[in-house]
Amino acid sequence: MSDVVEKTLTALPGLLLSLDSQPGAAKLCATSRLGSLVRSITELTSKNVGEEMAEPPAGPRSPKQMKEIMVRAIYCEMLGYEASFSYIHAIKLAQQGSVLEKRVGYLAVSLFLHESHDLLLLLVNTVLKDLQSTNLIEVCMALTVVSQIFPKDMIPAVLPLVEDKLTHSKEIIRRKAVLALYKFYLIAPNQVQHIHDKFRKALCDKDPGVMTASLHIYLKLIKESPESYKDLTDSFVTILKQVVGGKLPVDFNYHSVPAPWLQMQLLRILALLGKEDQRTSEMMYEVLDESLRRAEINHNITYAILYECLKTIYTIHPKSELLEKAAKCIGKFVLSPKINLKYLGLKALTYVVQQDPNLALQHQMTIIECLDHSDPIIKRETLELLYRITNGQNVSVIVEKMLDFLRLSKDEYTTIDLVGKVAELAEKYPFPYNSWFIQTMNAIFSIGGDVMQPDIPNNFLRLLAEGFDSDEEDRQLRLLAVDSYLSLLECDTSGLPQRFLQVISWVLGEFSFLKEGLEPADVVERLGKLLDDDAITTETRCWVLAAMSKLCGSSDALCKAEKVAHKYTSCLDTALRQQAVELELLGRDVDLRTRVLPQHVIGFCVWLQVDSSLSFLDGFVSDALARGAAPYKPPHQRQEELSQEKILNFEPYGLSLPVSLSACSLTDRQSPTALSLSSSLSGNSADPPLKAGSNLLKLEGVKRVWGKQGYLPEKQATEEALAQEPSSIFAPSHQQACSESQQTTFSTIVEQDQEKRQLASSLFVGLGSQNAPCLLGKPEASSSQRFRRKVRPEDPSDVNRSLAVSSSFSHSSSALDVLLDNAIPDPTAVCLLVEPASAQNLSDSTSEAVPAVGNTEVVEASEVSSLSGGSGPLAQPSSQVERGLESDLPSRLPATLVGLLRSDVEELCSGESLSLSACKVFDADALVLAIFLKGAEFVLFSLFVCFSLCLNHLYSEGVAQCQGWEEHLNLGEASLYHSVSPPASCSCRPLPLTTEEYGKMWLSFSHDVKQNLMLLKHEEEDQLEAALTALKEKLCLHIVDVIGAEGIMACQLVSGRPCLLHCHTHGGMLAIWLRSPIADLPDCLLYHCQKAIQER
Amino acid sequence: MIKAILIFNNHGKPRLIRFYQYFAEDMQQQIIRETFHLVSKRDDNVCNFLEGGSLIGGSDYKLIYRHYATLYFVFCVDSSESELGILDLIQVFVETLDKCFENVCELDLIFHMDKVHYILQEVVMGGMVLETNMNEIVAQVELQNRMEKSEFVFISRM
Repeated sequence: MSDVVEKTLTALPGLLLSLDSQPGAAKLCATSRLGSLVRSITELTSKNVGEEMAEPPAGPRSPKQMKEIMVRAIYCEMLGYEASFSYIHAIKLAQQGSVLEKRVGYLAVSLFLHESHDLLLLLVNTVLKDLQSTNLIEVCMALTVVSQIFPKDMIPAVLPLVEDKLTHSKEIIRRKAVLALYKFYLIAPNQVQHIHDKFRKALCDKDPGVMTASLHIYLKLIKESPESYKDLTDSFVTILKQVVGGKLPVDFNYHSVPAPWLQMQLLRILALLGKEDQRTSEMMYEVLDESLRRAEINHNITYAILYECLKTIYTIHPKSELLEKAAKCIGKFVLSPKINLKYLGLKALTYVVQQDPNLALQHQMTIIECLDHSDPIIKRETLELLYRITNGQNVSVIVEKMLDFLRLSKDEYTTIDLVGKVAELAEKYPFPYNSWFIQTMNAIFSIGGDVMQPDIPNNFLRLLAEGFDSDEEDRQLRLLAVDSYLSLLECDTSGLPQRFLQVISWVLGEFSFLKEGLEPADVVERLGKLLDDDAITTETRCWVLAAMSKLCGSSDALCKAEKVAHKYTSCLDTALRQQAVELELLGRDVDLRTRVLPQHVIGFCVWLQVDSSLSFLDGFVSDALARGAAPYKPPHQRQEELSQEKILNFEPYGLSLPVSLSACSLTDRQSPTALSLSSSLSGNSADPPLKAGSNLLKLEGVKRVWGKQGYLPEKQATEEALAQEPSSIFAPSHQQACSESQQTTFSTIVEQDQEKRQLASSLFVGLGSQNAPCLLGKPEASSSQRFRRKVRPEDPSDVNRSLAVSSSFSHSSSALDVLLDNAIPDPTAVCLLVEPASAQNLSDSTSEAVPAVGNTEVVEASEVSSLSGGSGPLAQPSSQVERGLESDLPSRLPATLVGLLRSDVEELCSGESLSLSACKVFDADALVLAIFLKGAEFVLFSLFVCFSLCLNHLYSEGVAQCQGWEEHLNLGEASLYHSVSPPASCSCRPLPLTTEEYGKMWLSFSHDVKQNLMLLKHEEEDQLEAALTALKEKLCLHIVDVIGAEGIMACQLVSGRPCLLHCHTHGGMLAIWLRSPIADLPDCLLYHCQKAIQER
Repeated sequence: MIKAILIFNNHGKPRLIRFYQYFAEDMQQQIIRETFHLVSKRDDNVCNFLEGGSLIGGSDYKLIYRHYATLYFVFCVDSSESELGILDLIQVFVETLDKCFENVCELDLIFHMDKVHYILQEVVMGGMVLETNMNEIVAQVELQNRMEKSEFVFISRM
């Protein structure tokens, strides 16, 4: 800093000196000085000159001058010049100045510093002082700065003062205080937990402004846990009703709409509350209807409200009447000439279309128009919409549209996103024909270039390598790929992205033998040409060399390859060099060559049995988990968790690439029964008066483009031609020429129109058939955030009792408490029920009955029982201990658990005088672990632990053996060690479905995984049934139906989340296809299926 | 939540920058440049919303902007804000500026940068919309201005 000061002192422009010479200059002067600063800065090029100009000269200055200089510093910072030297002065100004200077000081601080800046600590005292000031403005300023920027550690210091402000007499102060508290909640939620009821007070504030401010907090809170705020639904509905009804003062009107921002906020809150909750949703139907009705005035802001209203209606539990009205409103948006509204309309459609594809049908012509819109944002949004309605029939048209857009788009972000989507579509749908697939992938590779996600080429290669059901088709696909790449290599390759070249070389290396009459030497030569290009990266060179090594079967090719490779044997890059040296070695050693490169074995890619679950790493993973490492999450889950913060999955780019890993191992191309069911349905819908037509589709205004033989381009053309004719006939002769020209323009219009219609018909194929199920079963778009819901004990008295017990018990069972706290990975997911062992049995027994033996455990036990006081005796002397566990202990289960499915009682561990046993009881919504601690002469108590089984559990269990319970138990002098790990099947419950329901659900689920599993026992007659039974037994699945060689099964997690399985056997393999609304469930379940099949 | 408010002119010169989420100095400048690049190439007859851009928050962020004469007003918000609502908020902000400066122009923003910031503070506080009523905002700002005119500490008991 000192050199800066020095520099400043020597090179200080006259402008600052002049400031020195006129202390107390008038405001006008100050502005002009800022003006000249501005001018000088614009004339300057060097950065540090900017610094010098704003630098206050060394020497004392009055706060007033400091104020002027500070504004200058702010200006410099805004332009990007570093002005860090002024930070400390900003703080000083805030500390020492009068109100006016303070204001500038605070402003500068909040613009310059960030929350963890050290200098901020110097401000804390000032803020404290100002918060206590009697001057309203000072308080306001302090609150503002607190809400913009405040160090986290210092929150406790100001918190009580800010809290006090909630009861301040001025509403502006209360309002700012509420927002400041909200900010505190955002940065340190646990520190403001105790003032939640004050938030409620703020919500009920008599000033609507304060209430509005408090909604920020509630929106956040409800987003985090909607369950705990259901009771407020009524209040929010009432508030909204009053606002909509115009009960607020006129001040709050904006363009004669009452408090629009407040309405939007409320609607958003209602959406969160009503999501998947019929009862709560019912409370808000009326007010939503009212909101829809009121939003009639044609102003931007009413549309804003309307849009929020639509979102809410489609998020909460559906009501057909409202949905109908909402659909009409969406029409208003989509058909609006205002482009902003059109954009929002498309967004709304994108969201809604999953539930109600008919809407897309209604607006098909508008959608087509939007596809050619001049605004790329609109175009992209339209493509997003099309992406959502893609099915097997329209996939090629939609993909083509997307590729067209991609070719024009320059934006990297768009490219990455869309390329991922195209690749996903191309792989997901059974391709119309193989060459289409190869062409599409080629287009993706050349457009996506090196920015696309790396798993796209990987998946593609895997798909090629692993193949499908029929060998013939595999061969054809590979041959097509080889052909297209060979022809690509003949042209100029300099423009091709590296990734694409890598794919090309791999495919050629692997499959070029399939092409008859193609000499490997030829291929080597062509690949060699690639290497001549200097722009090619080392990584690609490695790929090319690797491909060459594979082609070295013939001596001719070998000779050429060696020549190329020789260049690289002295290359600096180790990977490339190794590749080259390996190739050379291969060339020298004939034996080795014949061994690694057997001539034309059918299918180079020999089936390798790979342990895809990586079970050999289980030990390592569980070790890591035990050491406290976080369980692994696959990338798409991570991405999803990020995007799930949002209310709706409205964002088109949130889930940019949920390319499921195994989607590429499409070894089974046959659709499962459910799918074929639906395709036959959609086949029907192509029938004449159209199922869709009779289906109450609102097709008025929409030209029917479907006929018995598919869509009707020709027929319409003739119809339209007929329609034209009369006009020309009736045209008076002297107007003939004129009308002719008119007619030509008309006919070109008609032609364009025609094209659009054709496009529409090809785009919206097969949409009408799925409407019915989707309306009812709303697909759960984002639900996994709610996995951690606690399992609530139903009976409140039960809770009390168990609480009492556990607290009174804590004395002797601290070890147990520790165990309970630590053992379960996520404490929030667990609810403890510590209950005295079968109360009925115990009531008659008392502690006198305890044989007075000098045994430590018994002493412990009686202590326990006396501690437990009125809550029921815990210890129970038992004379039956010597009896078998199986017969005795289960009877101690409480009545609620008796009838349920349970596992055998297993002894977990035992010491000299104590033993611990447990059994698992499968309750409908939880796994209850009943634990019996048994002493030599008594059963001490039973302990029940409800696991709220969530996906996390299933998942972590999928990665490694779940940690389960593992703890040393110290009770008195006896010490026990035990561990329990709940098996996967604990999380699953059979889901009884009919085949029809299954079909509906199958279509509505978005996440799927496919995999082939090797069936080990080939000799079995009915492999499918054996496999199904094994799965059923091991994983508690429900077999829905078996149709020929296909079987369908269903299960649900204890949390009620379903997963559907489709199995299909062929040639010793079991092709499993899983679908679920939750992203990770199929992956996890697949792992367990695999294990179950292997263990069989 | 509003992540940032940027005002720059037709040449991309920043006129007012307010970030509600911390970004390092050079990152801020980069965001301004990228935003200007995105916004400036759009015609006036296309929609006022933009998505993408990877700097602030990635996919979870939108740009909502309005173009007035020589100035672009850009609000960077996350997905929880309503597009149209923000669009009208910009309008309210600009109308307020117009009322406070009487025919506001780019120069006002340059020479009274601090005042613009004070007005903005009354509209948006810490990324949250505080007040949307123009009269209320103007009243608050005028209260502060009165204090400035009287040049002594104005203890308000209102």
